Amino acid sequence: MRYDTIVAVASAMSSAGIGIIRISGNDSFSILEHIFRFKDEKKRISDQPSYTIHYGNVYDGEELLDEVIVLLMRGPHSYTTEDTVEIDCHGGILVMRRILETVIREGARPADPGEFTKRAFLNGRIDLSQAEAVMDVIQAGNRMALESSLSQLKGAVANKIRFFRETILYETAFLESALDDPEHISLDGYSKRLSETLKSLAADMKVLIDSFENGRIIKEGIKTVILGKPNAGKSSLLNVLIGEDRAIVTEIAGTTRDILEEELYLGGISLKLLDTAGIRKTQDLVEQIGVGRAKEQAENADLILYVVDTSREMDEDDVEICKILENKKVIILLNKSDLKTVVTADAVGQRVGYQYPMISISAKEKEGMKLLEDQIRELFFQGAISFNHESVITNIRHKTSLEEARKSLLMVEDSIQNGMPEDFYTIDLMDAYNSLGYILGENLGEDLVQEIFSKFCTGK
Amino acid sequence: MKFIYKEDCQVIVVGAGHAGCEAALACARLGIKTVMFTVSIDSIALMPCNPNIGGTSKGHLVREIDALGGEMGKNIDRTFIQSKMLNISKGPAVHSLRAQADKSEYSRSMRRVLENTDNLSIVQAEVTEILSENGQVLGVRTYSGAVYFAKAVILCTGTYLKARCIYGEVSNATGPNGLQAANYLTDSLKALGIEMLRFKTGTPARIDKRSVDFSKMEEQKGDERIEPFSFTTDSEEIQKEQVSCWLTYTNEKTHDIIRNNLDRSPLYSGMIEGTGPRYCPSIEDKVVKFADKDRHQVFIEPEGLYTNEMYVGGMSSSLPEDVQHKMYSSVAGLENVRIVRNAYAIEYDCIDPRQLYPTLEFRNISGLFSGGQFNGSSGYEEAAAQGLLAGINAARKILGKEQIVLDRSQAYIGVLIDDLVTKENKEPYRMMTSRAEYRLLLRQDNADIRLTKIGYDVGLISEERYQFLLEKERQIQEEIHRIKHVNIGTGEKVQELLKAADSTPLTSGSTLGELIRRPELNYDLLAPLDPNRPVLLKGVAEQVNINVKYEGYINRQKKQIEQFKKMEKKKIPENFSYKEVPSLRIEARQKLELYRPVSIGQASRISGVSPADISVLVVYLEQQRRKQHIERN
Repeated sequence: MRYDTIVAVASAMSSAGIGIIRISGNDSFSILEHIFRFKDEKKRISDQPSYTIHYGNVYDGEELLDEVIVLLMRGPHSYTTEDTVEIDCHGGILVMRRILETVIREGARPADPGEFTKRAFLNGRIDLSQAEAVMDVIQAGNRMALESSLSQLKGAVANKIRFFRETILYETAFLESALDDPEHISLDGYSKRLSETLKSLAADMKVLIDSFENGRIIKEGIKTVILGKPNAGKSSLLNVLIGEDRAIVTEIAGTTRDILEEELYLGGISLKLLDTAGIRKTQDLVEQIGVGRAKEQAENADLILYVVDTSREMDEDDVEICKILENKKVIILLNKSDLKTVVTADAVGQRVGYQYPMISISAKEKEGMKLLEDQIRELFFQGAISFNHESVITNIRHKTSLEEARKSLLMVEDSIQNGMPEDFYTIDLMDAYNSLGYILGENLGEDLVQEIFSKFCTGK
Repeated sequence: MKFIYKEDCQVIVVGAGHAGCEAALACARLGIKTVMFTVSIDSIALMPCNPNIGGTSKGHLVREIDALGGEMGKNIDRTFIQSKMLNISKGPAVHSLRAQADKSEYSRSMRRVLENTDNLSIVQAEVTEILSENGQVLGVRTYSGAVYFAKAVILCTGTYLKARCIYGEVSNATGPNGLQAANYLTDSLKALGIEMLRFKTGTPARIDKRSVDFSKMEEQKGDERIEPFSFTTDSEEIQKEQVSCWLTYTNEKTHDIIRNNLDRSPLYSGMIEGTGPRYCPSIEDKVVKFADKDRHQVFIEPEGLYTNEMYVGGMSSSLPEDVQHKMYSSVAGLENVRIVRNAYAIEYDCIDPRQLYPTLEFRNISGLFSGGQFNGSSGYEEAAAQGLLAGINAARKILGKEQIVLDRSQAYIGVLIDDLVTKENKEPYRMMTSRAEYRLLLRQDNADIRLTKIGYDVGLISEERYQFLLEKERQIQEEIHRIKHVNIGTGEKVQELLKAADSTPLTSGSTLGELIRRPELNYDLLAPLDPNRPVLLKGVAEQVNINVKYEGYINRQKKQIEQFKKMEKKKIPENFSYKEVPSLRIEARQKLELYRPVSIGQASRISGVSPADISVLVVYLEQQRRKQHIERN
């Protein structure tokens, strides 16, 4: 087990109220020492007794991040039995994220799901009767880690990271083949080529890492397209979400013939919400154009809200919509929970697939909106929703892993510049490969040996 | 009438190949009465494939075997005819020694050692049955019905079990080199509940030296200064005249011949069912798989000093005889080649080694050990390494001593055995330096420092050799400390030396240690600036140089090893039931049930077991430990 210092946001990541950031491990106090300044400049964190609360500011270098209260707990008298610090800040996603990042840069690592509780248990803090609960937490963590890993995605970010990994693996396999079979494969001039490749990879990684920091996604919004058959309740949903009668809602199917666009701030994330024409086969020329545009919009969406009218049977128009959903991030909304249900969640699952989260709502009665909000937020902070079709990192663990990978590549570059022998490169190359694997939820296994054998002809 | 062997016999070794030899020698040298069986006394330590010992990563294994008190290193030092340190332009971790052996001398020399070792008897007979009772091995029965009782049996049957040699439409039920196969033991093993696999490997043709035109080939000479394998060999005594190897290439014509006859290859016609090694592809495999390459290297290597046979490295094949003739004679320099022995593929029975503990003892039969190609590995060196460990552990079991398991941070042998008993293996397993994650520390130059203490504790290393090692270690530490504190000024002598070595001049003072870190400099080169350098034991200077030069990397690797060791220390109880762990994913549970890892560390290396599963397992084990603790009190 790793007993390094871990950090996580202990409160819900939202724009409201107070946010709590918890740090646990040997370096908790020294990290705090670096980023926290008392109002009274003479005071030192290390001089403060356990179980005390202090008021001051958190800084990233010279930049003031927030006014905070910190709570100090020295091990073994803390939940994890390790030195623990809690930072209560003013909340707000940007601020919390900046503090989190600063703590990580000072040497902490983002905690795995359930890791605080796990440590509490392994360190003997929790007794046996509570152990079952611990297992539940870990199990939930197990599931969440799987869900939040990008391997579930087919998005642009995952593809980029796969490309980084493949490139690194290929180069490593080439190096290893040459080391294994020096009489067949020569490394003359290879360092220079590798250096070029790595420079370009590191630059690409930098772009991805920076995408986390610029906060554009929070300013510009996630492009969210509402999709469904005519009269499924799309426009009602839009109206409920934005709280005004912007879209024309009638009983007549096919009322929305063009795209309506709204800005919406939902649980700290801004959405660019687009209502579309209902998808159906139609003879009406104007409506046909609307349907075509809806498809186009869906094609470029970051997130699709698929509204299903559960009071009507599914038909071939739903089949048409399913095609659009492929490879997209989707939340299925089972609408009209106020009416008699003809289509069950299971029936929808069978037709559309079970991979998408489903929420039962009634746009008319404004029910289920909180669930929808939570779901969108969860997807976003797990990094499952990408932004504007660009590669944007939204999960801090992904960002940390990318940074580690990039650092490893720069170390290879150092080794090359310093004239180290080629076998030294592979140490850091494989570190980079592993860091990226962490994002995808894939570990090393036999990848390297497979790659060597499949790509390079070696052997007697 | 049934014969029962009446003399004292504690360990039986089945097979006299490279694994069997090391196993039998280890047992006998530890004072255990040992009987070694072979189907033919003339095939002891036979090298039926390539005529060399060592090579990348395999050279490491030989050094480790030697450091633990095995015989392979000494034997090749006695019988090599060419020697070369590979990868010398790369880092020290991948330097690998490789020697061409005089095959028959190698075999003869090993036989002499075996025959003159106390406690060791050699018997020519085929073992057909393993005798056991209640999960405890009792001995063996031979083809004639003779019974030998023993406390432990070590299986080192190599490629002989139900062996079949194949080329083209021809299939012979023989072992390598036309030797008698062992056709009965498999059934006995199956009856004991042991799961068998069928693997395949191959060897190229042997050709008559007189029919080769060397003028069309590049000469490959040995090193000018020969380095021995064994830490005990005096390098002065082994400097000798060496024999050359020769390099030539296949060409498009060769490839056409192969492509046009693929339908006659038993591999492609489905006649061969065994799984072949990807790292040692036949020439037909290479041509098919790497179709864009217009040539492949071919090494013509001598098989010995007193034979005209030469080995055609790089062109193993199972194509029919007539195609082989056409194919070989299309290669530059082989136009008039005369084939002495055909190339062939060989199929044989081996076990799925996941049935073994990391001690190389079968999980389900106490006292039954195994090593070598029988365990699904390939190569003489891999075999010898396992044989040595199986021998040591069989002997220690009889002596009531703790079993020896080398871990991945200690030795290539550790990596080899851990991979075999942990990972799914679909082809004969070959050692590679890339398999060793801590290879910077597992170098061939420091095998003695890593392992000789263990060999001494086991009882295979003499007091004298052990004392030498301790003194060597002491000198290394002292000298590293000293050179880090030797200050070098910016005097004329210093700048001149730097200039001569193409190194940037010093603008301010530096220590010797700092200068050594420069890639173009090293410990020996800086001797003129170091007047107080003491006289050091053999090998000390090399260790000082490497440890200082690569200190940063070495320290990083040491940290990784600390993490690794923590996981290895968390043991999983032998009869642990994974069914009771509530939150394990089904795939992980099935894999863990199947492999039954001995530690959390080993569990984490099983494919299909995720870090989250390991987390669950750690928490559950801790829960159990505490429950038991409460119950006890």
